[in-house]
Amino acid sequence: MLLEMRGLTKRFGSFTANDSIDLEIAPGEIHCLLGENGAGKSTLMNMLYGLLEPTEGGIFIDGEPADFESPADAIEAGIGMVHQHFMLVPVFTVAENVMLGREQLRSMRRLDRKAAADRVRELSSTYRLHVEPEPLVEDLPVGVQQRVEILKALANDAKVLILDEPTAVLTPQETDELMDIMRSLKERGTSIIFITHKLREVKAIGDRITVIRRGKVVGTAPPTASEAELAEMMVGRAVKLKVDKAPAKPGADVLEVRNATVIDARGTTVVDDVSFTARAGEVLAIAGVQGNGQTELIKMLMGLIEPTTGEVLLDGNDIGDYDPRRSLEAGIGYIPEDRAHDGYVGSFGVHENLVLDLFRQPEFSSRGVLRLDEIARNARSRVEEFDIRTETPTSSLDSLSGGNQQKVVVARELSRPLKVLIASQPTRGVDVGSIEFIHKRIIEERDRGTAVIIVSTELDEVFALADRIAVMYDGRIVDVVSPDIEREEIGLLMAGGGVHA
Amino acid sequence: MPEVQQVEPPEGKEATLRTQPKWMDWLPTVRMTLLSILVALVFGAILIAISDDRVVGAASFGDAITGLGQAVGGSYWAMLTGAVGGWDAIADTLVKAAPLICAGLGVTLAFRAGLFNIGGQGQLVLGAIFAGYVGFAMDLPPGIHLVVAVIAAGIGGALWGAIPGLLKAKTGAHEVITTIMLNYVAASLLLYLLSNVNAFQREGQLNPRSHPVDTTATFPTIFSVHTGVLAAMVLTAVVWWVLERTTLGFEMKAAGANPDAARTAGMNVQRLYVYAMTLAGLLAGLAAAMTVLGQRLSLTTSVAGSLGFDAITVALLGRATPLGTLLAGLLFGALDAGGVQMQAGEGTPIQLTEVIKALIVLFVAAPAVVRSMLHFKARRDHGETTMAAKGWGG
Repeated sequence: MLLEMRGLTKRFGSFTANDSIDLEIAPGEIHCLLGENGAGKSTLMNMLYGLLEPTEGGIFIDGEPADFESPADAIEAGIGMVHQHFMLVPVFTVAENVMLGREQLRSMRRLDRKAAADRVRELSSTYRLHVEPEPLVEDLPVGVQQRVEILKALANDAKVLILDEPTAVLTPQETDELMDIMRSLKERGTSIIFITHKLREVKAIGDRITVIRRGKVVGTAPPTASEAELAEMMVGRAVKLKVDKAPAKPGADVLEVRNATVIDARGTTVVDDVSFTARAGEVLAIAGVQGNGQTELIKMLMGLIEPTTGEVLLDGNDIGDYDPRRSLEAGIGYIPEDRAHDGYVGSFGVHENLVLDLFRQPEFSSRGVLRLDEIARNARSRVEEFDIRTETPTSSLDSLSGGNQQKVVVARELSRPLKVLIASQPTRGVDVGSIEFIHKRIIEERDRGTAVIIVSTELDEVFALADRIAVMYDGRIVDVVSPDIEREEIGLLMAGGGVHA
Repeated sequence: MPEVQQVEPPEGKEATLRTQPKWMDWLPTVRMTLLSILVALVFGAILIAISDDRVVGAASFGDAITGLGQAVGGSYWAMLTGAVGGWDAIADTLVKAAPLICAGLGVTLAFRAGLFNIGGQGQLVLGAIFAGYVGFAMDLPPGIHLVVAVIAAGIGGALWGAIPGLLKAKTGAHEVITTIMLNYVAASLLLYLLSNVNAFQREGQLNPRSHPVDTTATFPTIFSVHTGVLAAMVLTAVVWWVLERTTLGFEMKAAGANPDAARTAGMNVQRLYVYAMTLAGLLAGLAAAMTVLGQRLSLTTSVAGSLGFDAITVALLGRATPLGTLLAGLLFGALDAGGVQMQAGEGTPIQLTEVIKALIVLFVAAPAVVRSMLHFKARRDHGETTMAAKGWGG
């Protein structure tokens, strides 16, 4: 089936999210849609999937106009979508999830579970998905859940499959497996629209690449185009993908964690007997697949949760029982992994967010009264220094793009003397241009003699910044390695030290 | 370089310097509020019309139209003169508005800290008990007596506000539930005191009613307005100052808008909940002082009326801002004062004012209704502020 979008435009009030987009998906093609966050990729896909109505333009299937009022119409027309956040019922089995919404019945209105299970097995073997019908979805690893989503779409006879940032939640190994599956789908004539901002993946799998910037198609490229070329098209200017950094000059041990264990409210050991040191003037990266205890480890360092056993030492003093305020005042800077959740107040202005954890300092308040002129002056200079793109220094954070929101958080944390900087996923959901800038500032902070701890699930980021890499798996630090290590090797460590290999 | 390349002007630098006055942001909100009031008055007019003999009993269509004009025009004119027609009317409006503003500020303050304070009523009742007791049972020199009674009212309200604050901070109990329950406790406590405790009972009364407060403990009157009214205006400015200019206000707003970010930034969110509820109770207690020491001058079981609940709607209408609360309180005070005149002069039932009040709040809470009635285009990106009841989220 040939899918065409002609002149698709979507406006929200005066804001044009998609501006006259033309896109053609040939049968059996893997078409990559590349663009920064907020470039309009999701809006386009939501129109294609019947979730949004185009302001202008239309969708054509094999030359015939198609008008999708709801996802049901899109599914009917043979379009399937795997969302970034899975739409599965965790307490149902794989087969039940797949048959959901299109249940086959036996006599007396009983569900035909056997037919559903057979269908799962059949599709799974045809497309080499390795999915069994029986297990509950909640018991499956994320990578398998994603394959259940793909299977669900295939069960609906999808001819065009939209994959929205599918690799964001996967280990490097799982990503490789997904690419194999994409190839086998392609062999059988299914077209794939692959949405991503990871250049490496685009080059590895794409047949054609369409780049979107600020709601417009800025060009198409063959997969042979270099990463630098693709990045430049995405951002609109030349981008340095590699951070210039001198070799680290590690100093004294600043932060030391000794045999720390965190047991959460459900009794699960989320951080398991972890020990490491962070040294002045050095970047220690904690690599690992999401959900292997990094979040809790960092929250423990910040005093947001207390270690169940073990010690956290800052310059030799135990800070295990510090609350966040004391941790901050002791000289720890913190860029949280989920900035919208923990990093800023969306309804507050840029100027207010820039002092969110600094307002008590005599510079910004005296005797409980805010010094608004100083807060405004600070905002003007930080906006300038960090190139924060905002309409005014008092605009709300909600009105900024993800990259600029992150720059506000980074600017705030780097605007006071630090002993330790903890940055968790510092560039998640941040455009390529801002990534470059944020990485540069983190390395500058290192060279100033701060002990830097980076937590990242992106290997590219880990390799770009790290002087040492600690790999976390299942709550433990399984190894501390040098950044000279091969990608494959670290991928194995992230997946549990070769257990799955 | 593959195919297309387009050059775009660099954005940002220049835009950074442009400033826009902040009040401009409020224009859509103000417009929507005024339209809501207008639409509510139109609905009120329909109610007046269908309950008036001059309209429904009219002999001809022409008579019905004339009757409609007379009935609606007469009623609303009476309401207007009752609210602002002359100094006495304005004074009446102000006296009725003062406790609404004050208790509304309490709801506003708590709301900004992320707390849905339904307990204004209970806090008012406690404030009234404390103010009344000091007013009639203690013997103090003029001036000092009033100050002590007002402080007592504030303490009573603050105590009743602090309880749900502490419960939330220590146990996570939701303030909506605890404040509602404490409203019942407060009402029952007042009834108990008035009917069973000698110190509160007035002899020879069938209805539960306390002794009158001593004249030394009442608000002095200037130009037929008691001085508590002035206090409501001052308190509006104080609450604004606390919210916009102090670190405490900064922390409370941060905790209200994003408690996780506030915690991460080193704020003690739990403690802020207690502070916010205590201050909210304090304001409700001061509202009770205005009522007991300025208007009613003795305690009855209905001394607080439905002030605590009206305060919620006032805060809602005022978009949880101090100035908005002041204006909304004045509007509701005017409706109350005008309603009396309307009933007396035109025979239009005073309940109509309650209907109008409720409709205003309904339309403000659901701006889409007004928009569709008046065929506005929906504006998603820079629209008016809607007060979502985020109380359940906390």
